[in-house]
Amino acid sequence: MTTDQRARSIGVHLVLIAYSLLAVGPILLVVMNSFKVRSAIFGSPLALPDASTFSLVGYEKVFRSSHILTYYSNSLIVTLVSMALVLLFGAMAAWALTEYRFRGSTALALFLSIGIMVPIRLGSVAILNMMRSAGLNDTLTALILVYVAQGLPMSIFILSEFIQQIPKDLRDAARCDGVPETRIFFEVVAPLLRPAIATVAVFTIVPIWNDLWFPLILTSSDSTHTVTLGVQQFLGQYITDWNSVLAALSMAILPVVVIYVILSRQLIAGLTSGAVK
Amino acid sequence: MPEPVSNITVQMPRAKRAGLLLFFLGPAVAIYSLFSIYPLLATMALSTYTSDPSGARSFVGLANFETLLGDALWSKPFWNALRNNLIFFAVHMCVQNPIGIALAGLLSLPGVRLKGFYRTVMFLPTMLSVVIVGFSWNLILSPLWGVAAGALKAVGLGSLFAPWLGLESSALVTLSLISVWQFVGIPLMLIYAALLNIPEELIDAARVDGLGQFRIFFHIKLPLVLPTISLVSVLTFVANFNAFDLIYSVKGALAGPNFTTDILGTFFYRTFFGNQLQLGNPTMGAAVATVMFFIILLGLCLYLFLVQRRIRRYAF
Repeated sequence: MTTDQRARSIGVHLVLIAYSLLAVGPILLVVMNSFKVRSAIFGSPLALPDASTFSLVGYEKVFRSSHILTYYSNSLIVTLVSMALVLLFGAMAAWALTEYRFRGSTALALFLSIGIMVPIRLGSVAILNMMRSAGLNDTLTALILVYVAQGLPMSIFILSEFIQQIPKDLRDAARCDGVPETRIFFEVVAPLLRPAIATVAVFTIVPIWNDLWFPLILTSSDSTHTVTLGVQQFLGQYITDWNSVLAALSMAILPVVVIYVILSRQLIAGLTSGAVK
Repeated sequence: MPEPVSNITVQMPRAKRAGLLLFFLGPAVAIYSLFSIYPLLATMALSTYTSDPSGARSFVGLANFETLLGDALWSKPFWNALRNNLIFFAVHMCVQNPIGIALAGLLSLPGVRLKGFYRTVMFLPTMLSVVIVGFSWNLILSPLWGVAAGALKAVGLGSLFAPWLGLESSALVTLSLISVWQFVGIPLMLIYAALLNIPEELIDAARVDGLGQFRIFFHIKLPLVLPTISLVSVLTFVANFNAFDLIYSVKGALAGPNFTTDILGTFFYRTFFGNQLQLGNPTMGAAVATVMFFIILLGLCLYLFLVQRRIRRYAF
């Protein structure tokens, strides 16, 4: 490498490092200070917690005065059930649309793709009316139904691309052996869709976990709040209690960061794969 | 394009085919139609009604829209929200997308190490909830904590600090920049993926012709990823004109100070759900949602008919 190239390479890395710091700095700052006593939060915000400044008082407060564990379990239930249904129904629909062409299949695909671009949020007034008259107001079921409807269009789009890449011979061989269509789908095709899960996850699951709008509109009691809404309300209530606020923020950040770091390779591969060309 | 149907499925009896289609498509189409398309249509229908305090609804045609756009009590906040939303979008287009393109360009340079690490770190904020991001920045920029003020002072710019989120003149732009900080990951990833798809030979040929990396980027790579950039722009447009969470979590439903951060999402929420100052009004809310729908539709049409058609796609 010539010195010129080396200088350029260092310059590139400096820019990338600077931006990386800008991206994680604020998150680190919040998490770091959530483990400190109040005086240290204000006295030396940029210092790591040490033996004299370490404190979990904020976390204790959050556990004591909010239903954080209920919020976590609600978020988990809503996200996992929605994900399972989005993947199952999405894969089934994608399979039918790509495998059995029929009159109106293009029209149906177009109809399903409306939901990719038009936000379901704009139908909130009617959704709230429907849920009230169906007695589903303030239930997790209402959230799940809305999220499945919201996630399906994108997942059908992504999964169709995956299904088209599965070799034709595989299914035709099974058909020649007289295997029923439903078994071909569930036993031959579905297992091959596993790599698509990460891609679908980025586009449908993350927005569900992070959503504030529908919990705000559709749930009204503590027992049905999700983490995002529960933390938002807690923050509003305890805005002057910095220990609790930082702890609540960290508790909302950490699970997402841990899962993201574990899955980041697949998530990013999913994002950069052909799905959104 | 789907491949030709294999002969076996075509030979199936009609009834059996219909049964299969119903089984595979039924659940998805039913849930999607019932909880996505129907509410959109029902909301539009509701926007032509009005309800009296007893709850009885009566048809009023386009009167709600006349009120929304003509009656100063409604039209002032509406136009204010629309203007703020345009500023919100303009900041994203002018800051988020260029930064995303620049970072993607740097990451796709040959021989840069630690690409995976940089990508993971830079995409992290995008994964977090808008509520968390908004509130964290609220703390960081707060004069009470003094982190931002201290950071500026450390580089000798202490006099520049102001409580940006609290000032009428800067609150909206500050919130837009917070949103930019969070969502830079999306243009970054999509454009990075598009840059990776450019064939090596093309770049090699340019290098043999003596072009430097800078000129290769501007004259070869950038024109080739224009379709992705326009896709990113339309995604940004839809997301921005549907945004709500950030303003609500930092500023509350009243989008203070003095409605300077009010955008269509918060205006819709206040109209439909009510707040400290007014009762919720579902039929006017439906009218606002309908207008938002047509704004988004207009953006999508402009993209499909003006931008998408003119851009040449290169098949590799």
